[in-house]
Amino acid sequence: MKTEIIAAGFGGQGVLSMGKILAYSGLMDEKEVTWMPSYGPEQRGGTANVTVILSDERISSPVLDSYDIVIALNQQSLDKFAPRVKKGGILIYDTNGIHKHPSRDDIKIYPIGAMDAALELGNTKAYNMIVMGALLEAMEYKIPMENVIKGLKKSLPERHHKLIPINEQAIEKGRSLLK
Amino acid sequence: MKGNEAIAHAAIRYGCDGYFGYPITPQSEVLETLENLMPWDTTGMVVLQAESEVAAINMVYGGAATGKAVMTSSSSPGVSLKQEGISYIAAASLPALILNVMRGGPGLGTIQPSQADYFQATKGGGHGDYRLIVLAPSTVQEMADFVGLGFDLAFKYCTPSMILADGIVGQMMEKVVLPEQRPRRTEEEIRLQCPWAANGRKNGRKRNVITSLELESSKMEVINNQLQEKYREIEANETRWEEIDTDDADYLIISFGSVARISTKAKELAAEEGIKVGIIRPITLWPFPSEAIRKAAQGKKGILVVELNAGQMIEDVRLAVHDALPVKHFGRMGGIIPSPSEIVEALKDKIINAGSL
Repeated sequence: MKTEIIAAGFGGQGVLSMGKILAYSGLMDEKEVTWMPSYGPEQRGGTANVTVILSDERISSPVLDSYDIVIALNQQSLDKFAPRVKKGGILIYDTNGIHKHPSRDDIKIYPIGAMDAALELGNTKAYNMIVMGALLEAMEYKIPMENVIKGLKKSLPERHHKLIPINEQAIEKGRSLLK
Repeated sequence: MKGNEAIAHAAIRYGCDGYFGYPITPQSEVLETLENLMPWDTTGMVVLQAESEVAAINMVYGGAATGKAVMTSSSSPGVSLKQEGISYIAAASLPALILNVMRGGPGLGTIQPSQADYFQATKGGGHGDYRLIVLAPSTVQEMADFVGLGFDLAFKYCTPSMILADGIVGQMMEKVVLPEQRPRRTEEEIRLQCPWAANGRKNGRKRNVITSLELESSKMEVINNQLQEKYREIEANETRWEEIDTDDADYLIISFGSVARISTKAKELAAEEGIKVGIIRPITLWPFPSEAIRKAAQGKKGILVVELNAGQMIEDVRLAVHDALPVKHFGRMGGIIPSPSEIVEALKDKIINAGSL
């Protein structure tokens, strides 16, 4: 098993921390993991992306040409990374603010209303966990939920552990977007 | 954890006595992690944010002179500032560990990854005939492991060693197994292991003087000869490298640090097209694995050297093989990282389809 994922969006959307939680979830599931960020000097407003690789074997390059799964959270990221989904791979994107939708027919495409779902949940900060819920549902490799929770605990500082239930709720909400 | 965080954890666990640094992207997490972990409360390790890079390296000079295991870290522009101190530490034959998490230069450059300080690290960034033992990690695990290795080699040969990392391996998060916690050495142990240390005269010991100054030329030449003798010994004993499928290959790709991993992926892509590529990854950039490269190059059709610079390690590769086969360079600069397929394209353009020399 090897899954190569890139998540891209605006800085501040929680792309990097989602990747971190995903990487820790894989780690708790006994996988080899690599998390590589790429972002502009600005923490917010610029574009940010993170590559996460989950594998049974030693991981070679953290830098990739194409991906099993692409998550795009703005138009810029969608334009850039949709062509780089491997044949038969998965593209997940938030429809919020998208005016040019992808048209490939050799991959699975899941448009989701993650921002709307976050507003419904009444917590826009949990946006990235809604996206992660959709990812966990779409991904062929299934990480047991208990390991995702362990991953959440590992990547959130202790003072934020009270937020784990709301994050869990957001993940379930994200899963439901695909069902 | 991140590569930079692994350095901090490994330093504490090694029993490091002191860290002196000054923040600069992309390695500020080293100092931040140390301050979070507060080792002064547990092992007694000193962690100090100096007023500048120059102050930090001179604190290292002072600490090393007393036989303590001390280190500093910075990124390219900051490491340039440290060069005077590094030359002094090397000249005074003192052990110390220096980490450079390289970013794109020259000048203040960019905060994105680079490998453009290869010359500075391996050819002597400061003045005079000296060498550093230079270790190039390609994984977060090696970031952790090379702290212990770097200190051990520095103490074995009484010479500074450097971990030459790039922004990728500093900022990347991976699984890492940390070494066991070791106690810091006691005063007695230091007196026993470092009889040269300037740590106070006790038990009738004669005076120890640590200096890099010797105005009498005949004596200064003796010091230089001793340094060179030591460097030859390090070359003979401490050269490290990794080889992947070099025996069965038609071409070699040589790269170091995280770029070697991108090259390994390129090797897999090339294999899908029937191109047989072997990988050599120098782990010590000095001493350079010239002999291993010369042997592996025999019977090959060409070598591509891939680096995040304009062509630096390629000079050592060409010297190793005496230009007996085509050796070409492929690099990106300014913080841009090449993708695996770009490397395959470069191999085709520059070597496979380029014809003869």
